[in-house]
Amino acid sequence: MNASVPIKHTQAESDLLDRFDSAKGALAGSVAVAALREAALGQIRDRGLPHRRVEEYKYSDLRAFLKSAAPLAAAADAATAKALLEGQDSYGDLDRFRIVVANGTFLADLSNTDALASEGVTLTALNDALAGEGGAQLLASPKTGLSDGVVALNTAFVQGGVVITVKAGAEVSKPVELVQVATSTGAQVTRNKITLGEGAKLRLLETFAGDTGEGELNTVLDCELGDKAALATTRLVIGAADAPRLFTTIATLGAETEFKSLGFIAGPRFTRNQQFVNFTGENSEAKIYGVTMAGGEALADQTLIVDHAVPHCNSREFFKTVLDGRARGVYQGRINVAPHAQKTDGEMMTQALLLSEDAEMANKPELEIFADDVLCAHGATSGQIDEDLLFYLRARGIPEDEAKTLLVLAFLSEAIEEYGEDDVTEGLEARVRDWLAGH
Amino acid sequence: MLEIKNLHARIAEDETEILRGVNLTVNAGEVHAIMGPNGSGKSTLSYILAGKDDYEVTEGEVLFNGENMLEMEPDERAAAGMFLAFQYPIEIPGVATMEFLKTAMNAQRKARGEDTLSIPDFMKRVKEAASHLNVSMDMLKRPLNVGFSGGEKKRAEILQMSLLEPKLCVLDETDSGLDIDALRIVSEGVNKLRGPDRAMVVITHYQRLLDHIVPDVVHVLSKGRIVKTGDKDLALELEKNGYADYIDTAA
Repeated sequence: MNASVPIKHTQAESDLLDRFDSAKGALAGSVAVAALREAALGQIRDRGLPHRRVEEYKYSDLRAFLKSAAPLAAAADAATAKALLEGQDSYGDLDRFRIVVANGTFLADLSNTDALASEGVTLTALNDALAGEGGAQLLASPKTGLSDGVVALNTAFVQGGVVITVKAGAEVSKPVELVQVATSTGAQVTRNKITLGEGAKLRLLETFAGDTGEGELNTVLDCELGDKAALATTRLVIGAADAPRLFTTIATLGAETEFKSLGFIAGPRFTRNQQFVNFTGENSEAKIYGVTMAGGEALADQTLIVDHAVPHCNSREFFKTVLDGRARGVYQGRINVAPHAQKTDGEMMTQALLLSEDAEMANKPELEIFADDVLCAHGATSGQIDEDLLFYLRARGIPEDEAKTLLVLAFLSEAIEEYGEDDVTEGLEARVRDWLAGH
Repeated sequence: MLEIKNLHARIAEDETEILRGVNLTVNAGEVHAIMGPNGSGKSTLSYILAGKDDYEVTEGEVLFNGENMLEMEPDERAAAGMFLAFQYPIEIPGVATMEFLKTAMNAQRKARGEDTLSIPDFMKRVKEAASHLNVSMDMLKRPLNVGFSGGEKKRAEILQMSLLEPKLCVLDETDSGLDIDALRIVSEGVNKLRGPDRAMVVITHYQRLLDHIVPDVVHVLSKGRIVKTGDKDLALELEKNGYADYIDTAA
């Protein structure tokens, strides 16, 4: 029996428990999936939402932030989704395939389903997969974040998503944009699974359209890379949403894989972008980048755990943050190196630029090394705009605001450029300019 | 063009007085050299003209084409035609030289109410100016001044000066860190810009630069004041006898 003292639930926690009771009949999945959902909800019931006394959420107290929880969003409306997609131009006219998920429902008609099929990419609605045999495996939690509260919330409530399977050897010729659209207000809880067969290659762009109103967005991207596969995944989080934006990436990397990710955050009031990267095969490489902008009262949190469980793998983490107003930035990065994971090469850097006196950055790089023949380094800096650089630009006739834009862009672009996905560089830099002009 | 009247200035942070009553008038078409020992206030004068706020003017005025220059922001001064070639050009990582040039040229044009440059027009201007100064396309693609040698940095400054077409050029020890060949290229670039509508103030320690950029007037600055003014022969005399006479005079 559970001997712990029951916690006093906050309004939001009570809302979530009620939400589960009213929604569970309609939530998809086999009996095993239903049991997983119950267990995940049990974690929220017993421990509450993640809060500042949980180490991983020390700087991002979701429990204190979330005053109430809205019901889950209603079923998708394809016509609204279509209209919202037309207004969604984060990447301009970049030549790309599209996969559309609206309020958790995979919309095959609005997606380039046939074109993707001819490239070796199969798309299945998550809910169909959850109902089938092995559905429960689709909701497996990351090894390094087994008790993570945001993942638990996702598991309990997941409304749907898409399963993307790229067959062995397929190299998808264009970037694939996975657009998640909110066609009505209410919480959006989605989970997308990507499986790359041996030697497959994919460039994924995660974007979001529509407004969830008071509801939180909670989405998990679970990536499984077969040997020699390569995945570059760009998550673009923009807009001034008031409700929490909660993102999780799980990456399970086979041997000789290349995994790259960029988490781009600009605008929302409360964003958590967390990544769990696990090396399971040798000679693989993970490169993880973050570009964060926050102003006003916003909080933006980039958290990751890279788990070197096997030898001969490299990881590189490079995060850039720009803060203004009374915003708070968080970077928590941990590299674990298991006792036998020799010849690991890990290099982590986080840099913050504070544009105001009241902005605050928490940088927490961590190394946990149990092997003796490894190369691991980490660094963290926080600073202001260099007055000498600013003066030089102004002395050439560039007005102060424009000069600051140039310098902030230059600062953030270092990460965007090192990420090196050239076809998205221009779009991302334009989004930086948007933020600078509008925050 | 430039009138400096009884200019007194100090370092804002610790109130150390640097300039103690500088008077200087430079007319269009003239090249003035300002020489003087270390610590005499030469660089301070150039920074005050460009608008760096590390310094505080306590007395006097600076008129640029009749306008009170001290009330203008640094970028307004630049758009009005003031250009400072920095003694130590700043490295700006992440800002490509080309992008910087385009932004600066167009910002100044915008401030003056002129149309922005078309890309082909801009490219043509840059290529032409760059070829005279031996600035390679490779340099232009790199972030501004990052990894440039001392000579490359100075050439890049003169390139900016040619493209921005200022009315008043202030060159702060442009000869420092240059070898003979680089000195010749830079001087040629500067001489090309001499003209009846443009004034120049050349700040230097050494007479050497003035063999290449021959001044109309030479001033000696010592302890924050101009203590002697003459023609180009004054520079030769200084080279021979040093600054000792003037330091004593000023003391």
